[in-house]
Amino acid sequence: MITALLRRDLAQFFPFTGSGAALPVVFFVAVAMLFPFAVGPDANVLAKTGGGVVWIAALLAAILPLEKLVARDIELGFFDQLKLRGVAEEAMMAVRLIAHWLSFGPPLVLATFPAAALLKIEGETFQILLLGLIAGTPGLAAIGLMIAALTASLRAGAALSGLLLIPLALPILIFGAGALARQDHISLGFVGAISLALVALAPFAAGAAIRAAREN
Amino acid sequence: MQVSPPSLIADNLACRRGDRLLFRRLSFTLEAGAACHVTGANGAGKTTLIRAVAGLTTPYAGSVTRNGALALLEERTGLDPDLPLGRALAFWFGVDNAAEGDAIMARLRLEALAEVPVRYLSTGQKKRAALARVLGQSAPVWLLDEPLSGLDTVSQSLVSTLVREHCEAGGIALIASHQPLDVPGMTRFAIEEFAPHGADA
Repeated sequence: MITALLRRDLAQFFPFTGSGAALPVVFFVAVAMLFPFAVGPDANVLAKTGGGVVWIAALLAAILPLEKLVARDIELGFFDQLKLRGVAEEAMMAVRLIAHWLSFGPPLVLATFPAAALLKIEGETFQILLLGLIAGTPGLAAIGLMIAALTASLRAGAALSGLLLIPLALPILIFGAGALARQDHISLGFVGAISLALVALAPFAAGAAIRAAREN
Repeated sequence: MQVSPPSLIADNLACRRGDRLLFRRLSFTLEAGAACHVTGANGAGKTTLIRAVAGLTTPYAGSVTRNGALALLEERTGLDPDLPLGRALAFWFGVDNAAEGDAIMARLRLEALAEVPVRYLSTGQKKRAALARVLGQSAPVWLLDEPLSGLDTVSQSLVSTLVREHCEAGGIALIASHQPLDVPGMTRFAIEEFAPHGADA
């Protein structure tokens, strides 16, 4: 049952095949493309600030899929039907977390290649940026899932989730972008640790949230 | 399917919506083969009762004892609106290990709609699709919330037939509907009988 659920969730959220389309990735590349136009083509300035811009773009791209992530299936009664078949809310949310990350983490990492080229990020810096995004996107996905589940039953949920994600994602941003400034791998370890903790927490928090949403 | 026969027992159930008590001291016992029709006006608490019996919400007081797997039919179909009906149902048939998906769809006259995305279906067609999902589940206990709304007369009598067959096979059906159903031996109660006095105050 869990594999059927994962397949369904992936089909739902995957770029190009699902209804979610490739919007977050396109958005991500668009930011990287616009930035040189805004600050000018000076390669030094771009290389110095580009990494931070990529991180901010990734963070904003993480907000885009949140609206449909949980609320839609609550309205459908989808989670209720699974519940009747003995699937725990935590399991539903764990599967959703995997599907959500797969549908936006790896595409974002791939999109970093053209984005880095546009921003003149090369060598060691590029490597740290890539590793940072690989370590950080699961955490962003976990925060996103928790927020989506918590705001699912609110009318202004979509707007609110964007606002909520930003402060919660700050630790990932600070260590991820900080690793670029100092060119070290220790900060990357912190990004990975924060991500792991969030990934471990998210299914339980989101599961409790959709259980609570049922009661009203 | 299971060794022990199914049963559904509500004991002294009370449910609220917001601050308002909808019903209290509601008790019933349904054994294998029993069908029960809950009637009541809109907003009287039929859906609340069904969801509490399903275990989806916590009742304000009392308890529900369930024996056997539950199948729930409600206004929300649980079918992906963007998928063609055939694939949306195939997901649930797969989850429920339903072998006769095609036969179920034929029974509910859904084959012609297999390629139509769920969001384009009419209310009655969606209801029939949800019924197909319930049939595929082959659960001994059926909880049907307004199974007749939106259906034409042919489909309405089909619902009665399906419930009858389900109960003859030893299943249990709890049906909340303000419309009449033709199932022999079915018990009936109005949810208003359990409304607290002065509920409107």
